Amino acid sequence: MREKIVYELKSLYRDSFRIRGYEFGKGEDSICVIGSLRGNEVQQMYICSLLIERLKQLESQGYLTNTCKILVIPCANTYSLNLESRFWPSDGTDINRMFPGYNLGETTQRIADGLFERIKDCKYGVQLTSFYIPGHFSTHVRMMKTGFEDIEEAKHFGLSSIVVRSPRPYDTTTLNYNWQIWCCKAYSLYTKACEEIDEKTAKEAAEAILRFMYEKGIISYPVLGGYKSEIVDEDRMVSIKSSSGGFLKTLVDVDEQVFIGQTLAIIYDPYTHVELEKIISSQEGKVFFIHAKSMVYAHTSIVKIKRNI
Amino acid sequence: MIETFASVSLPIDEKYKLTKQRIQNGTSKKRICVVTGIHGDELEGQYVAYQLQQKIREVYDQLDGIVDIYPCMNPLGMDSIQRKVPMFDLDMNRIFPGDEDGSMVEYLAYCIIQDIKGADLVIDIHASNAYLVELPQLRINELFKEKLVPMSKWVNANFVWIHSTSTILESTLGYCLNKLNTPTLVLEMGIGSRLTLEYGENSVQGLLNAMHQLGMLKNEYPVMEPIIGYDQEIRFLNAQCAGLFISEMEVNTPVKKGQVIGMIVDPLSGNKLCEVISDWDGLLFTIRKYPICNEGSLIGRILEGKQ
Ligand SMILES: [Zn+2]
Repeated sequence: MREKIVYELKSLYRDSFRIRGYEFGKGEDSICVIGSLRGNEVQQMYICSLLIERLKQLESQGYLTNTCKILVIPCANTYSLNLESRFWPSDGTDINRMFPGYNLGETTQRIADGLFERIKDCKYGVQLTSFYIPGHFSTHVRMMKTGFEDIEEAKHFGLSSIVVRSPRPYDTTTLNYNWQIWCCKAYSLYTKACEEIDEKTAKEAAEAILRFMYEKGIISYPVLGGYKSEIVDEDRMVSIKSSSGGFLKTLVDVDEQVFIGQTLAIIYDPYTHVELEKIISSQEGKVFFIHAKSMVYAHTSIVKIKRNI
Repeated sequence: MIETFASVSLPIDEKYKLTKQRIQNGTSKKRICVVTGIHGDELEGQYVAYQLQQKIREVYDQLDGIVDIYPCMNPLGMDSIQRKVPMFDLDMNRIFPGDEDGSMVEYLAYCIIQDIKGADLVIDIHASNAYLVELPQLRINELFKEKLVPMSKWVNANFVWIHSTSTILESTLGYCLNKLNTPTLVLEMGIGSRLTLEYGENSVQGLLNAMHQLGMLKNEYPVMEPIIGYDQEIRFLNAQCAGLFISEMEVNTPVKKGQVIGMIVDPLSGNKLCEVISDWDGLLFTIRKYPICNEGSLIGRILEGKQ
């Protein structure tokens, strides 16, 4: 294992901002795994740390190759994580909306550029990421239809779902999109948690990434098990929304099978605990996403169900 | 007449409401919309919303048409001095045209578009951010310039920046309304969290002139002719290092190649770190007022070759 500073930026009063990378193996840049780009992506960084721990063991046991180099960057936004702020502290910008970056531009454009310069030429890119609405996801790979996507290869993670969706205008400045434009096969991985560590799905994700590496011949240690992945178009996700605000009690968990008419959650009056609304499933399928806060707004997705075909 | 055109329940005892003032007279269906406060920390439009109504009251008898004023599209952001929608840290101007079946903010964005679309002219007033002062300028996507450049001369802006198209801007209110054939001018002026009364007065004069041009008011309102600039003439000054930026420069100032715009210093060591120098002759139309900068922070913008 070699620890390297991928990018460094001096500050007026804070300690320098650094992006650290951990390299394993020799040869061409074959895979890059990147953890938190946002300051609340705790689980994402944790998964990378588990991965580094495993790769160190595999390296000492001789399971790495001389032709494939692995790079893990657990965190590209220490300044925000240390402040528990999702975005860049001094101007509120999102590094994951700054790619491919610009070395003469604004601060987060420079950071994106410094990072992307190091990682743009790898063959595979895996980003552990999160959604802006707080909630729990079923662990899955997410891909955008850019015309460059390779869905078949995504099956090598062995995760139960590969969600495919069309890019939206704001996606064009994300790391995943730009990786694809640079001919890197890019995958976004979501697990149950974001702001707190969920041990079970963190291990599941780290294992899935190792399985992918084994299947692609990047490591020689066999990672068995996994699912036969199902490719799910985002249109198959059915969102069940609240029509009132209040306290939320959820009655199901991610990956649970639900049926039509089942009560998935209840919203209570926050003053009197009077039941305001039952969130009822209109579909038969598996819970893919669930809102994870105790208080909820109206017009909010409480549960997303992966509809059975 | 004050109307609530969208309302969503927050968890406890409060609704997220979007409101507008409608002033209507005569028989014409001509409609002008003044929208502001999509970014909660941008307040220059607040004065325009107030002052425009004061001025319209003076000439209400001759008004023929509809004036819709939307003073605050992000009330929770404005209340908490935040640019974005607080609970999600979400930039409202990146989710248009919204989604009727989407999340709360997507739904509200959808309601805004539905309420405004079809107007004869929309002005979306922004006020830079906490860091930079902007000379009043319209930002026009080159895709819409044929239609918008003639209208851009109505509203008493100092400068019109015609910029190349970028996919990220497709989710702004301005882009979405223009795509729906509702002519929308995006005005960027002043600085976040403050009022610049002179700019506000100029904009009100411009809005009254726009109403005159649309045939909604008989009176004439003289306005200035804006300078037109394209991306390739715009030059950026970025901080070469982190530090305290010190400058007495103001916007609307001609600058020369080699001119010192300001300096970046280190209050800890007491040393001067670097000078910020213009490499171009032109007009300074953006200048940093928030003095702390990181490496890369925007210090200013110059329209090259124009005075
Ligand atoms: Zn704005």
